[in-house]
Amino acid sequence: MSLLAAKRLEKHYGNHVVLENLNFSVESGEFVTLVGASGCGKTTFLKMLLGTEATSRGRLTLDDHPIPNEPGPDRGVVFQKYSVFPHLTVLGNVMMADELRSSKLLGKSFGAARRRGIEKARERIEEVGLDQALDKYPHELSGGMQQRLAIAQALMMRPRILLLDEPFGALDPGIRQDMHVLINRLWQEQQLTIFMITHDLKEAFELGTRLWVFDKTRHDPQAPEAYGATITYDLPISRDRPSEALKETLQQGGLQTHTQETLL
Amino acid sequence: MKRLINSTPSRGGRWLLGLLPFVLLGMLYLSLSNARLAENPNDPLLPTPAKMAQSFHHLATAENARTGEILLWSDTLASLERIVIGVGISALIGLIVGILNGGLPLVRAKLSPLVTVASLIPPMALLPILFIAFGTGEAAKIALIVIGVTPFLIRDLQGHALRLPDEQLIKAQTLGASSWQVLLRVLLPQLTPRLLNATRLAMGTAWLFLIAAEAIAAQEGLGYRIFLVRRYLSMDVILPYVAWITLLAFLLDQLLAWVSRLAFPWYHASEGDNA
Ligand SMILES: Nc1ncnc2c1ncn2[C@@H]1O[C@H](COP(=O)(O)OP(=O)(O)OP(=O)(O)O)[C@@H](O)[C@H]1O
Ligand SMILES: [Mg+2]
Repeated sequence: MSLLAAKRLEKHYGNHVVLENLNFSVESGEFVTLVGASGCGKTTFLKMLLGTEATSRGRLTLDDHPIPNEPGPDRGVVFQKYSVFPHLTVLGNVMMADELRSSKLLGKSFGAARRRGIEKARERIEEVGLDQALDKYPHELSGGMQQRLAIAQALMMRPRILLLDEPFGALDPGIRQDMHVLINRLWQEQQLTIFMITHDLKEAFELGTRLWVFDKTRHDPQAPEAYGATITYDLPISRDRPSEALKETLQQGGLQTHTQETLL
Repeated sequence: MKRLINSTPSRGGRWLLGLLPFVLLGMLYLSLSNARLAENPNDPLLPTPAKMAQSFHHLATAENARTGEILLWSDTLASLERIVIGVGISALIGLIVGILNGGLPLVRAKLSPLVTVASLIPPMALLPILFIAFGTGEAAKIALIVIGVTPFLIRDLQGHALRLPDEQLIKAQTLGASSWQVLLRVLLPQLTPRLLNATRLAMGTAWLFLIAAEAIAAQEGLGYRIFLVRRYLSMDVILPYVAWITLLAFLLDQLLAWVSRLAFPWYHASEGDNA
């Protein structure tokens, strides 16, 4: 039984076909990296996994049941933007998950429970390198720091599936490397299943166990919205195979698509 | 030469520039007042500042022979009590209904049309009904303020609630929040500073309804006083009272701004305002 599966899955907005003919099955513990041209529907796909966008046609199942049509604690997310709460400090943001769990009525913890929560949150904050900014509000952080905060916050939940929408886009190479190490470690420790959108093919190869390329296979110049993108490439990545070789495989596939032109 | 839109006055210059219109208006008043008083020294319409100060001083210190009250303070107290209670009730209703309307589509579908229609009723037209229903006591005046201000607050807050990025509501749910917890931990704290802001904007309306209600039926209050002495053309009382009301309104406004900045620093920084 696979964790996630899709059969002839489609997504339309009115007459605009964004995604079509998606077929896949993903096992627990996979790390799927998603690449594709801007606007081809990667975020839309993530939202369908989250349950905030309904599927237009086809089946999308989680544990062989239709995916819940609202977000839940089993699927964590880091968005491209607006991913942290502006009214909470770094500590408050990371503690949120714990507080919501420990106090159903107030959503806020006190006393010993609070101290334990702070302790746990601090560890995670240290891991993402924000321990100097515990009491800062998000508007006082740089874009990259906000993104790291969002990652720390999402991982406090121990979700089964973690959805990442270009989480490292705003980070400089050094910190990006640290984040790769962190994500990799947490993925193994917590046995997460991760979907990560990225525009950086090198990152996609480095982190993922499986690479999906989203692109259109059919194109009508008269009606650009008539056909949607689908998974044109579904490649297993193994750690011992260098990414250069994979790029060659991709090119040998002969699909001279827009994605490849822009990404490779 | 800098573009006009980039030229900002220096700190001292800002004060001076802000003060200038006041000085000009003051001078205009003095010259008009002098001209009138030169013709007729007993003319009551544009009294000298000295006369106004004298009347105001009298109101602020002289005890009423019968009740032992000092008029200015009893008027101020009565009016402030009404406006604070009225606006306080409005803010509370506005916050609760605004959050529920903005956060729960099921509630919004039921309440939103009602709020829209209610906000279109001219509150002053309801005043006779209020007097009939509540009598001419405090309740009617407070009710007028509440009716006049609440729909605006509700609509403003509901708008802000709807404009919060969906990502935040989704995020909270992925962190395990129930509907109640989303309202309490995401909507409430983010809407409270916006409520304070909206309340500041609504204070002008609140004063309007307060003074209107006091003018029509009251035994004390700032609005009552100016409408009472109007019969004797006592501009020497009316003008200082108007200035006094303006000062009170200004202080209330600054108080709200101060509380908001103190309690919600993140809001003011991200809105980029320092008003
Ligand atoms: N709510 C919506 N209503 C209508 N069209 C939408 C909506 N959301 C997205 N779209 C359309 O769906 C397409 C895919 O958008 P999406 O955000 O998924 O792209 P993306 O692959 O994430 O792009 P990027 O890499 O730039 O983030 C776009 O053409 C967009 O116009
Ligand atoms: Mg996107």
